[in-house]
Amino acid sequence: MTITDFSVILPVTLLTAWASILLLAELFLPRAQRPFLALLAALGLALTLGISLAQSAQEFAPGFGGMVVRDGFSNFLNVLFLLTGLFGVALSYRYNQRAQIERGEYYPLLLFSVAGMMLMGQAADLIVVFLALELLSFPLYILSAFAYPRPQSEEAGLKYFLLGAFASGFVVYGIALTFGASGSTDLARIVASVAAGSANLPLLTAGAGLLLVGFGFKVAAVPFHMWTPDVYQGAPTSVTAFMAAGAKTAGFAALLRVFGAAFPALAADLSPLMAILAAVTMLFGNLIAVAQTDMKRMLAYSSIAQAGYLLMAFAPFEIEAARTMAVAGALFYLLAYTLASFGSWGVVIALEKDLDRHLSIGDFAGLARRSPWLAAAMTVFMLSLTGLPPTLGLVGKIYLFRAVIEGGMVWLAVIGALTSVVSAFYYLRIVVNMFMREGEPAVEREWWLEFAIGAAAVVTVVVSLWPFPLFEWAEWAVMKLF
Amino acid sequence: MVPVSYYLVLSAILFSLGALGVLIRRNSLVIFMSIELMLNAANLAFVAFTRVHETFSGQIFVFFVMAVAAAEVAVGLALIVAIYRSRQSVDIDQLSSLKG
Repeated sequence: MTITDFSVILPVTLLTAWASILLLAELFLPRAQRPFLALLAALGLALTLGISLAQSAQEFAPGFGGMVVRDGFSNFLNVLFLLTGLFGVALSYRYNQRAQIERGEYYPLLLFSVAGMMLMGQAADLIVVFLALELLSFPLYILSAFAYPRPQSEEAGLKYFLLGAFASGFVVYGIALTFGASGSTDLARIVASVAAGSANLPLLTAGAGLLLVGFGFKVAAVPFHMWTPDVYQGAPTSVTAFMAAGAKTAGFAALLRVFGAAFPALAADLSPLMAILAAVTMLFGNLIAVAQTDMKRMLAYSSIAQAGYLLMAFAPFEIEAARTMAVAGALFYLLAYTLASFGSWGVVIALEKDLDRHLSIGDFAGLARRSPWLAAAMTVFMLSLTGLPPTLGLVGKIYLFRAVIEGGMVWLAVIGALTSVVSAFYYLRIVVNMFMREGEPAVEREWWLEFAIGAAAVVTVVVSLWPFPLFEWAEWAVMKLF
Repeated sequence: MVPVSYYLVLSAILFSLGALGVLIRRNSLVIFMSIELMLNAANLAFVAFTRVHETFSGQIFVFFVMAVAAAEVAVGLALIVAIYRSRQSVDIDQLSSLKG
């Protein structure tokens, strides 16, 4: 083990060690001091974020014999995952006290999950991809059932666990077939064996297909989405917020790494499949979301639809020039999605008064009069998710659509645009409810929560006015990927 | 000696049986066992492919899969026990309080 090895996985190691210490610290903290744990968790995440940012200037470096790497792609994602973790802590802090689920394991589990996500971004070998996938998933299974013994939460946990484990079965078998076809689990060597013509292409295609099924579950792409609404609804809302942003981004990180880097040779076979998957996911997610009246379920279907837009990035893989732009666009859109998703879940948390009763869209009526800033922030998030100005969501969609059109798939961009119009109906219905209907919503005033919502809203608007440095960062991040 | 392809066919059959079990069985414990069958089918494929390629990385992967499967049992059984305590049943058809 050399210094480089250590420095490559330093952020992940630090976060894992911090989480383990946090588990011990909980034992020695008196019950009244529990809220202190959240601060400690946030401190650990902030510290790791500092190290990741300090490392972001450094060049590409492989570690542990090519098992993990540090490159622009992993740096971008590390920053995104750590921000996800910080948002997750901010949203959970008071909510957990209200919901009486303030148990000591909560924050360590959240940190372990973030560590798994970061490892996913850094993986350069299918073994690490698999381990990272499980490291990020197991804490999420437990967190979904964290409001135990509430039946909805237990049910969400079991459903997520069974379908998640089923999906990882597909991932493992897909890796086995890929290994059989190419003789290696190292992504670079898989590419090399395909280039040298020594790989068994039918077997490799079957392996890639199984991997796609497994990751499709993780990102909640149709037809592997059926767990999403139930789990998002049943899990504690703070966990749902973290899961909606973090697990989806990590799933896309794996897809981008594995399919972007390792299987370009299969692009001709896979890109029509990806395009169809994206189209079906956009259509299904948006159309079903229109019919929802429960806020948590509506946002769940909306997150399925958003996965469809992100999947568009895989469609133009056959054309060299469009590929870099598509992946950079996907990274950009992931950031926009993370902010908007966390913000909207935060507003849901602020309005959630009785934890056993679900929030309906009608409960948002009159929010603008009661709490104008919260309503304004929610409007920003809804506009961003729809893809309307002046938000990051619009910029992200423009980048994605442009890549798809340059990749020669105009029909996919047309479907994307049409489904965005459909999505405007259910997103803007909430805005109409907040501003034009009468109602008396009870709003929880929580400093951390309001700070997180405000920060997400401000960044969503301000960065969208001058998004070029951010997009350049995303483009720089994917330059070394191919 | 038994040719490698036999092992691969066996592993494909085991994987399909596992996937089928997940889809058609209703008891969450049996579903969980079917998932374990899928993982072990993959292990068999890894070991067989290691024979073909004469590298060790496949066999090492098997150890990782076994370790992960053990962790999965810890999480999964805890969830199933918690569900059984509150409902006296582990039938997934009765888990239907979440709908929309």
